[in-house]
Amino acid sequence: MAQQSNDVYAALALSRFGLGADHNGTASIAFDPRGALLEEITERYVPVPVGPQLQSTADLLVSLYAFQEERKQARQQAAVAVAAAPQDKQMQGPPPQKPTVQPSGATSPSSQAMAAQPNNQAMAAAIGKAVEKLEKPAMPYLPQQILLAEVDARFNGTIRQPLIGFGERLAMFWANHFAVAVSKSEEVHIVAGAFEREAIRPHVFGRFADMLFAVETHPAMLAYLDNQQSIGPNSKANANKKRGLNENLARETLELHTLGVNGGYTQTDVTTLARIITGWTVARNEGKLGTPGTFVFNAGAHEPGDQTLLGLTYADNGVGQGREALRDLARHPATAQHIATKLVRHFVADTPPPGLVQTVAATFSKTDGDLSAVYRALVGSEDAWNPTLSKVRSPLEFMTALLRASGETPKPNVILGALTAMGQPFWAPAGPNGFADTADVWASSEGLSMRMDVANMIANAVPPQIDPRSFVSDSLGPLLSNETLQAVSRAETRKQGLTIAYLSPEFQRR
Amino acid sequence: MTCELMTPTRRAVLGASGALFAWAFIPRFAHAAGGRDPRFIPIILRGALDGLTAVPPVGDPDYQALRQAIAMTTSGPEAALPLDSFFALHPSMPNFNRLYRAGQAAVVHASATPYRDRSHFDGQDVLESGYEMPGRVESGWLNRMLEGLPKGDKVSPGASEIRGLSVGANAPLVIRGKAPVLGWSPSTLQPVSDDLPPRLMDLYDHTDPLFAKILTEGISTGKIAAGLDVKAKGGPGDPTGMEQMARGAARLLAQDDGPRVAALAFEGWDTHAGEVDRLNKLLVGLDNSFAAFQQELGPAWKDTAILVATEFGRTAQVNGTQGTDHGTGTAAFLAGGAIKGGRVIADWPGLKQAQLRDGRDLAATTDLRAVVKGIAVDLLGASPTLLARDVFPGSDHVLPMKGLIA
Repeated sequence: MAQQSNDVYAALALSRFGLGADHNGTASIAFDPRGALLEEITERYVPVPVGPQLQSTADLLVSLYAFQEERKQARQQAAVAVAAAPQDKQMQGPPPQKPTVQPSGATSPSSQAMAAQPNNQAMAAAIGKAVEKLEKPAMPYLPQQILLAEVDARFNGTIRQPLIGFGERLAMFWANHFAVAVSKSEEVHIVAGAFEREAIRPHVFGRFADMLFAVETHPAMLAYLDNQQSIGPNSKANANKKRGLNENLARETLELHTLGVNGGYTQTDVTTLARIITGWTVARNEGKLGTPGTFVFNAGAHEPGDQTLLGLTYADNGVGQGREALRDLARHPATAQHIATKLVRHFVADTPPPGLVQTVAATFSKTDGDLSAVYRALVGSEDAWNPTLSKVRSPLEFMTALLRASGETPKPNVILGALTAMGQPFWAPAGPNGFADTADVWASSEGLSMRMDVANMIANAVPPQIDPRSFVSDSLGPLLSNETLQAVSRAETRKQGLTIAYLSPEFQRR
Repeated sequence: MTCELMTPTRRAVLGASGALFAWAFIPRFAHAAGGRDPRFIPIILRGALDGLTAVPPVGDPDYQALRQAIAMTTSGPEAALPLDSFFALHPSMPNFNRLYRAGQAAVVHASATPYRDRSHFDGQDVLESGYEMPGRVESGWLNRMLEGLPKGDKVSPGASEIRGLSVGANAPLVIRGKAPVLGWSPSTLQPVSDDLPPRLMDLYDHTDPLFAKILTEGISTGKIAAGLDVKAKGGPGDPTGMEQMARGAARLLAQDDGPRVAALAFEGWDTHAGEVDRLNKLLVGLDNSFAAFQQELGPAWKDTAILVATEFGRTAQVNGTQGTDHGTGTAAFLAGGAIKGGRVIADWPGLKQAQLRDGRDLAATTDLRAVVKGIAVDLLGASPTLLARDVFPGSDHVLPMKGLIA
């Protein structure tokens, strides 16, 4: 393949490996785009989500336990009160609203806050639902409050930095690879963000084995895939022989997290791994097992005895038995193949070029899962820089690119509503396999319809003086087609021009 | 900025009584010419209105041949309404016709800004910024005019100087600037404009088969509007939305201590294809907004001037898709009790090939700035010096048009 010019590399680095251009456009890295990308790997640049409500998993779970207790008591009191003296519901409307005065002139960004609106019925319904959910309970619903704070920290924080944002893209990739869903339970709802902050981000540029262990021992994953209730059939905790194994986490560890569905394991291996990780659970409030809200190894629930998984025998040495099994799964050739395929599919093409997959998988194996080395192999290959934009941005990537490019910082419930409407509710995939990563899933007429509304919403929100013609040429650089430039230039209004820019193939693809 | 959800309260604003608004902090607009308490309302039609369809020169011997299938006539099922022996009015505008008969509406035909190219953005910049060249997007002429007008009521010194009202999701450039303005938007949701899907289809057809396919699917299944039909769904690009914006603005302007000027922008006038149907519907929205202003302004209507202007006109000839492309000269509308109406003001250039600009556009013979200046001087008491220096810089040679105000 012919060498591309630096301008093309800059545009590809931003769209294919990054989060999309920000207001500086592709020029910000045009001097040495591939060098800039490698630097983000060398610097291991993963931005840290920050905010006063972004606490540790343990603290969040302790707060949740307190919240649950408080709610229980409130319900009991309410029941008592209702039984004693039924009262009329008090009608209370929201305070009347006045038109906004724009003391600094109509060009100030805040002056238009009143005017930005979700832009059609479906969109409004989706957003409305999210809001309704928030407003329903008498007391603020703590798990959703925390989720909103986590979303705010990302969309108004980490996605804005650094120039390319490769680390953030990787955080999104790994959080989807090790998906949890907030719809599972209140525990997952409240710690999904902490899970990403604690188990994913610190290891994005580290070793796969470390990320794997951090994930499988995190309270979010233990709750999401039911391992906290799994009991060794022959353990002390099962003296009455009434309880037993839950294979969920073990199965998904093999099928989704490591070897892959055709990775050569059997049902026996699933059951064996389930036995190996019995006792991996979360300390509850009473603190008998350890600090409330943290991962603990409950020896009493652990299945005693040596276990043989995929031909290797693991002595029963408590939590070490599982740690060693995961370490071997992490370095298994099938895992290298599985991860390499997913990475190449995610960054390069829906049908991953086999040669590139082999290169990446070989690096994974050779370096024992050193992820920085794996990414270097990926971005160092010319195959990864084909200027044809074949991938369709997922709704999450589309939203991210829109916000980066526009500089807009919508409220987190608006972002959540938009993502839900576009078909990718945040941290809420339908199953543990996460969201799909191919165009056929995202390129649907429903999806496009909602993207049109979201693009229109953002175009309505940006400062009206932004010229869509300079916007497309700055943010798409050499990827901009003449047809798109023409369609944008011929738009009736600046707002419509921006909407067309956001919906152009070059912006929706990467 | 942040994207905020509209609350039910805001939805209720229009339905609520004027008492909801505390206008006490806004001063009376003093020093108006002729002892009036005037109202001035520019309305921008974004997309370039075809003046030859809105106000057809049915008496011009070359009009029918030029416009062929989309030519208007004063007879037949969709007859245009005769304004005088030469000009007629599009049949979708009965309210304007009524005002015209009452001497409260006029047309300025073959008019244009100084802009002579064909880009909407640049044309709108020139129309709204008041500069002769595009690219000066910091402030609009209406805002600079507000800044320069005599200060508020001497009875309440130090009171707020807010006199302007910006209507819609985005403040039109014409009213943006240093002078503080009030923002108000009707509660209607902001829909995707009707002509977005056809524009995207055109783009995808040429560049992306996958997106072309899903857009086609969306349109054929009704998930995405086909764009050929202007539906009543609110927003500045459909008739209902226009009327709502006008009604809401009028209620605020009608307040004794409310703002005295308001800027509105209606969208969707870029009629490259299927022009007849689009204008049939859009002009209803514009026409109903005249009625809404008259109704809601009540006694203030007699001191009101509305100016409807667009960035440029359209080609004289019809294109291959029953529409017209970007042109130059077009029609502007004046309406309100303060207007000396009942006439079409035009130095008609003619429609023969040699009379068209570049052989394709209605030539512009009246500078829109003269119209604005005329209203500013005679209705608002603005000084011609201020207008030539700050409001329309470099326009000394463009004299205020006399006799527009009754």
